[in-house]
Amino acid sequence: MDALMAARLQMGVSLGFHIIFACIGMVMPWFMFVAEWKWLRTNNPVYLDLAKAWSKGVAIFFAVGAVSGTVLSFEMGMLWPKFMEHAGPIFGMPFSWEGTAFFLEAIALGLFLYGRNRLNKRVHLYAGLVVGIAGVLSGIFVVAANAWMNAPAGFDWVNGHAENIDPVKAMFNKAWFSQAHHMTIAAFSATGFAVAGVHAVLYLRNKLEIHKKAITIALAFASVAAILQPLSGDLAAKNVAKLQPAKLAAFESHFETQKKAPLIIGGIPNEEKQEIKYAIKLPGFLSFLAHGDFNTEVKGLEEFPKEEWPPVPITHYSFQIMVGIGMFLMLIAVIFLAGTFKWEHWLEKKWWLKLLFIATPLGFIAVEAGWIVTEVGRQPWIIYGIMLTKDSLTPMPGIQYTFYTVSAVYLLLSFVVIWLLSRQIKMLHKKYLSNG
Amino acid sequence: MAEINLLILVVCLLLYVILGGADFGGGILELLTRGKAAGIVSKAIAPVWEANHVWLILVVVILFVGFPTVYSTVLTGLHIPVLLVLLGIIFRGTAFTFRHYDIEEARPKAIYSIVFQYSSLFTTFFLGVTLGGIILGKITLDYTYDFYTVFVLPWLNIFAVSMGFFMVLLFAFLAAIFTVSELNDEKHITYFSKVAKRLLLGLVLVGALVFGGAQLSGHPLLSEFLQSPVSLISITLATLALPFLWHFLNKPNRTLLRLIAGFQTTMIVTGWFAIQFPVLIKLKEGMDITLQNAAAPPKIQFYLLIALLFGVLVIFPSIAYLYKVFKFSNDSNAINNS
Repeated sequence: MDALMAARLQMGVSLGFHIIFACIGMVMPWFMFVAEWKWLRTNNPVYLDLAKAWSKGVAIFFAVGAVSGTVLSFEMGMLWPKFMEHAGPIFGMPFSWEGTAFFLEAIALGLFLYGRNRLNKRVHLYAGLVVGIAGVLSGIFVVAANAWMNAPAGFDWVNGHAENIDPVKAMFNKAWFSQAHHMTIAAFSATGFAVAGVHAVLYLRNKLEIHKKAITIALAFASVAAILQPLSGDLAAKNVAKLQPAKLAAFESHFETQKKAPLIIGGIPNEEKQEIKYAIKLPGFLSFLAHGDFNTEVKGLEEFPKEEWPPVPITHYSFQIMVGIGMFLMLIAVIFLAGTFKWEHWLEKKWWLKLLFIATPLGFIAVEAGWIVTEVGRQPWIIYGIMLTKDSLTPMPGIQYTFYTVSAVYLLLSFVVIWLLSRQIKMLHKKYLSNG
Repeated sequence: MAEINLLILVVCLLLYVILGGADFGGGILELLTRGKAAGIVSKAIAPVWEANHVWLILVVVILFVGFPTVYSTVLTGLHIPVLLVLLGIIFRGTAFTFRHYDIEEARPKAIYSIVFQYSSLFTTFFLGVTLGGIILGKITLDYTYDFYTVFVLPWLNIFAVSMGFFMVLLFAFLAAIFTVSELNDEKHITYFSKVAKRLLLGLVLVGALVFGGAQLSGHPLLSEFLQSPVSLISITLATLALPFLWHFLNKPNRTLLRLIAGFQTTMIVTGWFAIQFPVLIKLKEGMDITLQNAAAPPKIQFYLLIALLFGVLVIFPSIAYLYKVFKFSNDSNAINNS
């Protein structure tokens, strides 16, 4: 493995790990808040137990997310010092706001977790809401910074360095909005389905009231998100078509420039021969999705020099996985919303609980695939059209070893977190079953 | 404007050293007292734990937005110790959280504790080594030198290593002070006051080692301290605070203890910063990275400052409230997380 590959993989592993904890850390506080609010309104102690159980989950995920986020803020400079030296001042503004949002989130979380017996009930409840709002804001800020790497703005690139920097223009670059809503909605959908799925499995085993309430709250968020997501994805794809045509072509393994460009579903792309086999092709639909008209021309990869192509197969497969899962989750969401009126009845049906179980990891698989689409699809650029990833690599030799180390640590940590959560759940059951 | 942002950076760094330091020190203190402090440290730290560590993130962000060459230079030349700090941060942070949240009767708590304690020591040591590397001036921008000169020499030397030990003692000492001021029962107060006094003695000795190490590593820190009036005053005040600390450890007064320990740390950081300024990183070749040549353009500094001021307006009242709720109350036993 060469140093560039190792550095990219280390960044990928670190981000791929962090993103799960970041998503849960920004969405689960909302569930926790709703459970707490329900408890105050209904006085049903099941909601109190749920709020407590979820807040423990939030604490664990938030802490791991905070730690892995701290690591990332250093890793960017440890792996890509040239990039950060130039980009830091330009795309740093969202990060400086993110700092505040994250700080506020940490403070509010401290108040919520430890303040139950010390704070006025309302203050305590609103602390939970602040955690949720600040979490979403800090997510949006980070994504805005990433969007700048895809759609660099707010500076002039003169002789290899930036001049006339305008941090406001950089922050509100052309990709920030579409990436921000797509990511935020994805976080709600993925976390919602994961939480609902876990509780569905538990409910299959033990018919406890608490799991029913949990599934309802989590699915309410997840289903709204899953239905909005294809719309948001459509806007995002149109934006990519405009800003990064080579990336869009890689999503779809679209090699030849064509009018009435077909939407390619599945298939195995071959970069050498510039063709794709075994795919379903819907004529004109790519033109329609990218530009809103079945007849428009869509640029193929052939328009770009080969050294500016993103790695086609991995971008293509990830895109297919993301879209496929998105469609499946939307289907579940539609079923859920359609069946709301006989909701109580459905919760006793095994097929429905099993369906939810299947959906547990899917949202997060889609989130990971989506990030591969964005990040690998941007290659070979670290700042699109301005700076190549390989030109910003650290001079430090032996990055392979830091990559192995970091990966091993995160793998270990993933196992510990899963083990820890399963123990928490067992405890919860023990408490309920012994109380009758 | 860059000056103000730099000042905010130093304040964040100071707060990280004092508040985060007391956290790191908590783990070291547990190790030193063979677990006696475990329950107390955990209870005292838990509610403010997350917040204490965000200071570091602010430091990093101000660096890469406002002073990008400082950020990239440090993370290249000191890649190895920073990586070790990061690994330590991962293990420490997660072990602390897991210990706190894993179910009560769990046997793995012992493992979490060991990981938490040793990684606190490890992280603090390499944090000190990294700071030592920044101060010493052996970092180079010429990457054509051999691996050892570029990536090892800047931090593997007597000065940086003694800075590592200094940091360990400083953080453990701060934690001991915080612990004493959290306690209510006489027996524990006496015990931890004794620990704090020993750490204070160790701190003075290792402080001398730091100056000696600097001299040996070719950086006349002592004479620079004596030449700058601000540093001279700071270091004198820090020294003068010693007998007071000693006194209040014998007759514990929680508010004054915290204030004096915080004051002393502030003086140490101020003293260091005054001799360093306007140099931010001393380089091997002598073309130092300074406030003037590292600062991003004024427009960037302006927007950074706005974000930071907004942050100050929001964060300080909230953090004061957090501390008010959890720290400065006399019934620290009521911290209840059930």
